[in-house]
Amino acid sequence: MSWAGKILRVNLTAGTVTSEPLRMDWAKQYLGSRGLASKYLVEEIDPQVDPLSPGNKIIWATGPLTGTMASTGGRYTVVTKGPLTGAIACSNSGGYWGAELKFAGWDMVIFEGASAKPVYLSIENDKAELKDAAHLWGKTVWETEAHIKKAHQDPLCRVSSIGGAGENLVLFAAVVNDLHRAAGRSGVGAVMGSKMLKAIVVRGTQGVGNIANPKAFMAAIADKKKILADNAVTGQGLPAYGTQVLMSVINEVGALPTRNHRDVQFEGAKDIGAEAMAAPRSGPGSDGKKPLVTNQACFGCTIACGRIQKIDQGHFTVQNKPQYWGASGGLEYEAAWALGAANGVNDLDALQYANVLCNEHGMDPITFGATIGAVMELYEMGVLTQEQIGIDAKFGSAQALAHFAEITAKGVGFGKEIGQGSKRLTAKYGHPDLSMSVKGQEFPAYDGRGIQGIGLAYATSNRGACHLRGYTIASEVLGIPVKTDPLESNGKPELVKAFQDATAAFDSAGICIFTSFAWGLNDVQPQVAAACGDEFTLENLNTIGERIWNMERDFNNRAGFTSKDDSLPKRLLTEPAKTGPAKGMVNKLGEMLPVYYDIRGWDSDGQLKPETRNRLGL
Amino acid sequence: MQKSLHINPDKCTGCLQCEMACSYENYGVFAPAKSRIKVFDFHDTGRKVPYTCTQCDEAWCLHACPVEAITVDKTNGAKVVNDATCVGCKVCTISCPFGTINYVQETGKVQKCDLCGGDPACATACPTGAITYVDANWTGINKMQAWADKLGNQPSAA
Repeated sequence: MSWAGKILRVNLTAGTVTSEPLRMDWAKQYLGSRGLASKYLVEEIDPQVDPLSPGNKIIWATGPLTGTMASTGGRYTVVTKGPLTGAIACSNSGGYWGAELKFAGWDMVIFEGASAKPVYLSIENDKAELKDAAHLWGKTVWETEAHIKKAHQDPLCRVSSIGGAGENLVLFAAVVNDLHRAAGRSGVGAVMGSKMLKAIVVRGTQGVGNIANPKAFMAAIADKKKILADNAVTGQGLPAYGTQVLMSVINEVGALPTRNHRDVQFEGAKDIGAEAMAAPRSGPGSDGKKPLVTNQACFGCTIACGRIQKIDQGHFTVQNKPQYWGASGGLEYEAAWALGAANGVNDLDALQYANVLCNEHGMDPITFGATIGAVMELYEMGVLTQEQIGIDAKFGSAQALAHFAEITAKGVGFGKEIGQGSKRLTAKYGHPDLSMSVKGQEFPAYDGRGIQGIGLAYATSNRGACHLRGYTIASEVLGIPVKTDPLESNGKPELVKAFQDATAAFDSAGICIFTSFAWGLNDVQPQVAAACGDEFTLENLNTIGERIWNMERDFNNRAGFTSKDDSLPKRLLTEPAKTGPAKGMVNKLGEMLPVYYDIRGWDSDGQLKPETRNRLGL
Repeated sequence: MQKSLHINPDKCTGCLQCEMACSYENYGVFAPAKSRIKVFDFHDTGRKVPYTCTQCDEAWCLHACPVEAITVDKTNGAKVVNDATCVGCKVCTISCPFGTINYVQETGKVQKCDLCGGDPACATACPTGAITYVDANWTGINKMQAWADKLGNQPSAA
């Protein structure tokens, strides 16, 4: 079966921890992780609930392949109603924590209510208890992990926690595990903070031993690992260069959002991408060493795209701060873009520093960086002054970036306003159009003018703007599985839907979406079927993906979202790209959206039609 | 020909496929906690190091065992624990200089790497070649070759 078959329910108000059987009827309809946890959430909370109130719930969930030898089978998700967006939030993380929860014998942990004082949950196989976290409150993610490992006398336990950002209710606070892997987006860390839940520590020694058909499973995973190894992206590009390989590619395409999307190409792209990470530093006073130390895998992953970096000890950001001199989790493409191009900053060490602070204090570098982009634009317009924000913050200022990272994580001064995200900040100062966001969540690193399909994917993403809900870049730029023209909007609604549905199935299996550079759902299917049972046919997995997407959508509709929220900022719809292949173009959302609703089986208000509900069993 | 597990930490990414392969081979479960090979993660340097028994020729564990539960597999040189004989006294865990023979609470016996009878599952599972199973006399052959290549590619002194 491969699900552990039981879940932990923690009532933080009452201080109780109870075990209950997993709803296997739901597992068969929603698979696991993202899909299954979302099913529990939508069944158990009022869609209109205030995300930071005790009425919201937050769930840590694994999938059936989590904790198995399937490549990348180490993922877990954090599912809740998100405070940044008010929409359903589901943030996915790698590292080792998810597999450890499964090894302890649990599929998921549901937290409800709120604690009156800081607590953490300790899980050791069957034994789970809430413990006092007064001594941990105020500590960083890194300090918290070190304290817990020492107190438990267990260097091998795994910790998922929040830092200052989550405690201070920064609306884009992340949940961080294993020091630098994060359930990063939509502010799931703030929900944790609102419940005064500091951390979940888990140690599981039982393992996963209930694969439905072990022989078929071992054969299938070996076969599929070979596909990953032989593929140019997953076998060579990602391990060597990481996601950062995209920086120069997307800049060439003319879709690298620059200076709060004023521009679509960044003159400093070459200074902050994969090539710069791998080249020895040069220039006066530099240490002459490469920023990139090595690549690293998450649990079970045979791709190993993770970056481990070092910051130049002489760089202004870390002078006399030896705690930042060691190797640490490094810049991925999205973070390098958000902290760099989005703000016009090309100082790689400054980006690394801001990124490390995001890990240390638990913040989403995408929303943080994109919010700084909006701040810098407001500053250049004269709307924000140096007196107000504490520093000269022109586009391109590495000093301002580093300063903002410090004050936002700690929730001091103007940092409190940054911590609200760009939508609330720009609205407060009278320029809501300058928030580059959808449903309150900031764009990632691709411009919807130069890549039309991703604009539609952003507008319709159930957790606000996001590249991981339908990564049409694979097709529109990289030609996976087939090349489509990024400047063409025809055919993109179908492409977006296909990516969205398949992604929901990948996520819910407990594997990494990066496998989809080499795998189709037809490669995932034999692994799921061998692990969980033959009823998981390709057709069934496709339907599961579509069902999950529609369930999330339906929750958002009931939370108060309408078709008006499936939109893009004015800048993308009315200000043409200034340079590159998309010069003169805007995003043609108006043409794509009605077609998309139609093929989704939604009415013109974006509501599920009765026949769609019936077909998917919703 | 005797073969040895050869470990190259530079190639290890920390994916733990080896630990899962080991526990699956020996216990039928994916459980790194039961693995006889362990990957250590040194955060400050970014290094990951797989570590397991090296099958000492004059094995301390074998000599220390009071009930002769540890014997040599003549086909591959592995020092193998006989579960039926082991009494769980743990003297071997004290005598081993490297810590690679360990007590298992659940069984009341000790466990160590036995080279899977000559086809180590960890080496098969390793995706990067950080763990290989090679001629025991020539564990350094790849390193020698790499340096030899460097030498051969120097411009001639003449």
